[in-house]
Amino acid sequence: MKKRPLTLAEKILATKLKRAYVEPGELVEVPVDLTLANDITGPLAIKIFESTNIGKVFDPEKIVLVMDHFTPNKDIKSAEQVRICREFAKKYKILHYYEGGNCGIEHALLPELGLVGPGDIVIGADSHTCTYGALGAFATGVGSTDLAAAWITGKTWFKVPETIKFVYYGKPKPWITGKDLILYTIGDIGVDGALYKAMEFTGETIKRLSMAERFTMANMAIEAGGKVGLIEPDKITLAYIRNRFKREPIILKADKNAKYIEIREYDVSKIDLLVALPHLPSNVKPVKDLSDKIYIDQVVIGSCTNGRIEDLAIAAKILKNRKVNPNVRCIIIPATPNIYYEALKKGYIRVFIEAGAIVSSPTCGPCLGGHMGILAKGEKAVATTNRNFVGRMGHPESEVYLSGPAVAAVSAVLGYIGTPEELGLREED
Amino acid sequence: MDKIKGKAWKFGDNVDTDVIIPARYLNTTDPEELAKHCMEDVDPEFSKKVNKGDIIVAGKNFGCGSSREHAPIAIKACGIACVIAESFARIFYRNAFNTGLLILECPEAAKEIDSGDELEIYPEEGKIINLTKNKTFFTKPLPPFMKKILDDGGLIPHIMKKFKIQ
Repeated sequence: MKKRPLTLAEKILATKLKRAYVEPGELVEVPVDLTLANDITGPLAIKIFESTNIGKVFDPEKIVLVMDHFTPNKDIKSAEQVRICREFAKKYKILHYYEGGNCGIEHALLPELGLVGPGDIVIGADSHTCTYGALGAFATGVGSTDLAAAWITGKTWFKVPETIKFVYYGKPKPWITGKDLILYTIGDIGVDGALYKAMEFTGETIKRLSMAERFTMANMAIEAGGKVGLIEPDKITLAYIRNRFKREPIILKADKNAKYIEIREYDVSKIDLLVALPHLPSNVKPVKDLSDKIYIDQVVIGSCTNGRIEDLAIAAKILKNRKVNPNVRCIIIPATPNIYYEALKKGYIRVFIEAGAIVSSPTCGPCLGGHMGILAKGEKAVATTNRNFVGRMGHPESEVYLSGPAVAAVSAVLGYIGTPEELGLREED
Repeated sequence: MDKIKGKAWKFGDNVDTDVIIPARYLNTTDPEELAKHCMEDVDPEFSKKVNKGDIIVAGKNFGCGSSREHAPIAIKACGIACVIAESFARIFYRNAFNTGLLILECPEAAKEIDSGDELEIYPEEGKIINLTKNKTFFTKPLPPFMKKILDDGGLIPHIMKKFKIQ
């Protein structure tokens, strides 16, 4: 087979298929390294799987079930759904079943436990499965039927996507994080700007980005319609997976002359702290350009997008010796038990409670309007989450403004959406 | 596949899965229960107004957002026979196929059909007739691989067929 230069997405698929290359548009059937479901999508996948009477899963070690959405179970129906997953895990000896004290938000938990790594093919019945692209894994969301099919065959099919390359250069302004970079990108290309396509995030800024910020960026690839959001594994990736990932990582890079359908370049030094206004993640505006004061009722700091220790560190820095505005409920949700414990050791939890914030156990809860912070009619929230669709966090007439952790924490103090400068804060303080 | 005849219900761009079926109702997998809340946050009466065989017509990126298969299940269970859109979000596209909800990508039809128009659809031919406006549209044929899945009755029957052969 003749060689041809490959994008990162093409190379991961070709490597897994032991082929010299794959071509965009081609349909391929690939073995999966890991499959994931949660307490919403799991029960449906189990119903479909059991209807086949196959009676055997392809590999009990490659199935992960994370009970994170409506847990701790918010009502009787949710408890019944979780029971279906628990019994399935027992019946088929699924090793990686998480509920209760070992359970965190799936896309923070899986990398933390070293269950996913570079070069992997991962499908998850959750749209934010694309988070693992930050490690150089071809990871994407599917529905419960696709997942159940993979539990039977150990394989899934993909149309090889075309790739858009995003090059980030320049030094970010103070307080800017990966969240602002990805919001800026979605604002630029739109919520279907990468529909069916792979997004490859590259450039000197990305090379300096922490793993936490890379996860945030890859996490929101789906918000631009992307199939995967990939970052080439490097020293930072390897340092992160050391002592976590048990399998041999497959370190792949995009070829120099790979064919991209489009290349977009961003000068990061020009990007300001951003907020995505209701009701689309692409409805992005610099916070400093908001003409009217937008008063808020709630702040949520957490989720698979921004619930990691680095996010909590920023929130703690801002909330230290300050008080949450009396008109605001500030809900902080460490994404995993380990993150919670680390925040405790570092004194962040004390800072949060002293500031008057609410600290919750790990859950997706309010992000999808499940529980633990639902909005009433007309209420507004700033959230470090990933979606601000109509009714996403509660009443159809409530509003969600998406931001990074700095803007969220500052807004909790101010009572309206604002910047750290409005609190007289400098990042180096 | 049989001919479909019904009334069009028109929606805009980026109809997301939170609108199709809000997450607060995802503590069940029962199609009838999900159907009651289909499109509730944009039209609380939608599931009551829809008649069996009706058609959703929408703009770009229909079904964006979450991977919840509950979305096509809710649409199908409330009686909708087909969704026509300018484009579909990729997870929803797969899920619709896998759950047997007919979806047709046809930008011209999606743009020109209005709410309340009477439509007739011939799925095998990819033909959409707007009876109200007396206009016919054709969709692109399905890739052979996906046609095969559909012919086998969905993804699960398709892989079961292969599985038994092996």
